[in-house]
Amino acid sequence: MTEITQTSAYSLTDRLDAAAIASAAPSQAQLMKELRVKARPGWVSRLPSGLGAFVTNPKGMTGVIILLALILFSIFGPMLSDYNPNRRAGGPHVMPSQEHVLGTTRMGKDVFTQLAYGGRVSLSVGFGAGLSAALIGLAIGISAGYFGGRVDEILTFFVNVVLVLPGLPLIIVIATMVETASPWVIGVVLAATGWGWSARTIRTQTLSLRTREFVLSAELMGEKKWRIILVEIFPNMLSFFMSGLVLGTIAAILAEAALEFIGLGDPNAITWGTMLFWAQNNLALQSNAWWEIWPPCIAIMLTGAALVMVNFSVDEITNPQLRASRKIGLIRKFLSSRGRSADVF
Amino acid sequence: MSSDRALIEVRNLTVDYVGDHSVARAVNGIDFDIREGEAFGLAGESGCGKSTVAFALARLTRLPGLVSGGQVRLNGDDVLKFDKARLKVYRWNEVSFVFQSAMNALNPVIPVSEQIMDVIETHEPALGKDGARKRAVDLFELVGIPPSRLDDFPHQFSGGMRQRICIAIALALQPKLIIMDEPTTALDVVVQRDIIEQIVDLKNRLGFSVLFITHDLGLMIEFCDRIGVMYSGELVEVAPAESILTTPQHPYTRALGNSFPPLTGPRQRLEGIAGTPPDLRDLPAGCRFAPRCPHAMEKCRIDAPQLRFYPEHMSQAACHLLN
Repeated sequence: MTEITQTSAYSLTDRLDAAAIASAAPSQAQLMKELRVKARPGWVSRLPSGLGAFVTNPKGMTGVIILLALILFSIFGPMLSDYNPNRRAGGPHVMPSQEHVLGTTRMGKDVFTQLAYGGRVSLSVGFGAGLSAALIGLAIGISAGYFGGRVDEILTFFVNVVLVLPGLPLIIVIATMVETASPWVIGVVLAATGWGWSARTIRTQTLSLRTREFVLSAELMGEKKWRIILVEIFPNMLSFFMSGLVLGTIAAILAEAALEFIGLGDPNAITWGTMLFWAQNNLALQSNAWWEIWPPCIAIMLTGAALVMVNFSVDEITNPQLRASRKIGLIRKFLSSRGRSADVF
Repeated sequence: MSSDRALIEVRNLTVDYVGDHSVARAVNGIDFDIREGEAFGLAGESGCGKSTVAFALARLTRLPGLVSGGQVRLNGDDVLKFDKARLKVYRWNEVSFVFQSAMNALNPVIPVSEQIMDVIETHEPALGKDGARKRAVDLFELVGIPPSRLDDFPHQFSGGMRQRICIAIALALQPKLIIMDEPTTALDVVVQRDIIEQIVDLKNRLGFSVLFITHDLGLMIEFCDRIGVMYSGELVEVAPAESILTTPQHPYTRALGNSFPPLTGPRQRLEGIAGTPPDLRDLPAGCRFAPRCPHAMEKCRIDAPQLRFYPEHMSQAACHLLN
């Protein structure tokens, strides 16, 4: 350390005693190593900062990679297979083999082919319904919150109606009313009934944002209403919108599979839900044909898990404190190894 | 007023902000003492680490902030090692705080009397409800608010009065040190002076120490016994308030003094300080002020100067020019 020559009237002879010197902080580089803070890779700095934060977030990237793998599998999977998903391709319940990578169903249809074709429908219905529900929720929530008064009253009434209607039974009723509930019909029904929660949270958030000074100043500057909503208010709740989108998509994929699994969908359509329906009908588990039932289960599970991870990462990126709290274990270890109180918050 | 005995000794204090990809060293190994009965000021421009020091002293550093090194000693005990029970005594009984927006910490639906008595009852349960009430009346008189208004709600007071109520709450347990982080910045100049005079008066009567942080160097020179000037997370000069005004040693202190207009005398062009403080994640080698310093020499860009004591001005400064 430094020698500080102290011969002052305010004599402070013990300025830097052994204890103070021993308590010195490690260098920044050492600290980064100890807390496992990794320097930003060079190529990331060329990306816009939001995107940069996302690509370096392990949870988010795991989710995106799984989702991309599933989407690529659905797009290109069918091209890898010579079979028609609707036609018999071999004997009933053939074990996975070179010829049938994931085996065949009781009807002798190729499971791999069905899984890939089913992914196309299940994923597009799920994402489509999730995105539509999030957009409807955003439009209704933000209008109700921003315009207030009469508009709010009427829109909130509809939000409440959608919220109190029990979701799945309603879909069952609607699904039974249309003659064949194709996956697309189910998607439309899910979009039309799934926006309640996202509208409610976005309305609440808008209510608190519209009284903030920056919105008032935008109004006083004479900005147009649509601009205030889209440019001033909306970016402030991007994380709410994203979580609505992600959770809505998970709900839509699960609900679609559930409806088809209980037999309310079109049994001739090929989706992950109908695959499960047929597997159940044909007693696949009882006859030990796990390859008929596991693939669609795992695909649905992976999609849900990947979306949840993307949601976590959006949370972490928009909330720096949450990001730091990932390190809390290492920070506690750092402090207690130096005999300091690890009581951090 | 102030004795030579140190109440709080800050040694080698280092605070880092832990980012995703970097660690920013907001306070880099600073040393200073706050003596008994002394008002010690920390000056410096925005982002130089003043408030970070205040929060570290109070053990209020929040994530992503991390006190990564050094000691804060109170009668020889390291505050950074206090456990929960000891910390509860330390906060408020020994050290209390008034922050810039302290007045917003008052709960709008609870009468202020209850909010003052809360502090007293939590920390001194032996006093009882009546004792706490009596103490609250005394405190109101102390900060110059009629005790008849004790049972009013926060919104019935003006901003200045609310800030004074917070000062009363800070005084409630007669702490040895009050940390004031821009306690008057949100108030108008007249109220500001009023409150500061009251704090000086209370300090002289009750004998507590103050760590005072503000942008307003004039106010600080008037109020404080000694001042530490911070730049980019380091103390560049520690000296009695008078010396800071009349014989500043460090070029940064001089520049800071030249950035404020004198109240009397002819109008003159203010100089300000060209440039901006360095990025804490990417610091220059040598003296951190060198890139903005009009007197920077070759040596300044290579070797970082250390804080040294210069008895002729009673001041400590970190600058190669002085050797």
